[in-house]
Amino acid sequence: MTGAMPLPADLLALFAHFLLLSLLAIGGAITVAPDMHRVLVSEMGLLSDAQFNASIAIAQASPGPNVLFVAVMGYQAAGLPGAAATLAGIMLPSTTLALAAARWSHARRDWRAVRAFKAGMAPIVIALMFATGWILTAETPGWRHVLLTVAAAVLVWRTRLHLLVMIGVGAIVGGLGWV
Amino acid sequence: MTDETHSLARPASAKELFVAFTLLALQGFGGVLAVAQRVLCEQKRWLTREQFVEILAFGQVLPGPNVCNVALMVGDRFFGWRGAFAALAGMMTVPLVIVLAVTVVYSQYASNIVVAGALKGMGAVAAGLIVGTALKLSSALRANPMGIPACAALLAGAFAAVAILRWPLVWVLLGLGTLACLLAWRRLGGEGAAVADGR
Repeated sequence: MTGAMPLPADLLALFAHFLLLSLLAIGGAITVAPDMHRVLVSEMGLLSDAQFNASIAIAQASPGPNVLFVAVMGYQAAGLPGAAATLAGIMLPSTTLALAAARWSHARRDWRAVRAFKAGMAPIVIALMFATGWILTAETPGWRHVLLTVAAAVLVWRTRLHLLVMIGVGAIVGGLGWV
Repeated sequence: MTDETHSLARPASAKELFVAFTLLALQGFGGVLAVAQRVLCEQKRWLTREQFVEILAFGQVLPGPNVCNVALMVGDRFFGWRGAFAALAGMMTVPLVIVLAVTVVYSQYASNIVVAGALKGMGAVAAGLIVGTALKLSSALRANPMGIPACAALLAGAFAAVAILRWPLVWVLLGLGTLACLLAWRRLGGEGAAVADGR
């Protein structure tokens, strides 16, 4: 956080920009992170590069949806009003659209087009989950790291072991410097 | 068959939705999707795997955070806009407070070697959780009207495009997504034929 009082004009600009990004964020808010970087770091100068990267890291290490990295950026840029501006901006358009689309499709769930959409997208959606796991793993090479990922995948798939136990083991193993 | 509809439960109130999504979000380190699948389909039994994949399909194609869209749609399904709001608020409120608190203390520990190592280990597990959940959800494809070979080909193609070739998601959804929906449209065929051959 910068500590300085945020200007109302800056807050409004942040809010407006994140409103726009919301509707472009197909695949999640992280997909428009490059544009957030352009605005927050390069144009407005509200965040440093380190603060920008730390925002994403903090949200990933904390429980909850990853979109909260947007609130961390807002907070570091302009305190709590900044967090409110960025988070409300990124959420309002997409949630409104999602709710409307859910109702539209539920009312027409017997339509052949709606059923075709659901059936057709199912393998793609599952592929995207595999791809997410792959990309996360590819970013951090090292066989012990991969082994930990594979072990977690098999345990989730085949057992009912509590997910927090797995996360906890990952934290301990990593904290001891084994990955 | 994977038809589990008969054994499904439903939340008693919007408040139960709020509490369930709060607890679910608090277990989600490095992504909530794996926890959401386990809690909604296996612990609470509010959705079948097929329904979860369907809701996720909308969550993926629409802009915005996938898991937040999933929360909205699940909440809306049970209690209309009140449910949608309760589920989304549950997903966001407490985690928001936590993440801002973590931001305040983060700078003091960011360079600590143990903390950095622990985060790395958690990241590796988080990647595994999402892969394991994908493996589990793959069983939902058995009931898919496109048939298993077509589903496997589409899955492999989308994976290669996004993970290996790193194509922009929008193009993968527009290209392969459209192709898949057209194929499903054809296989769903005339209603009479679909019923007759058991699809």
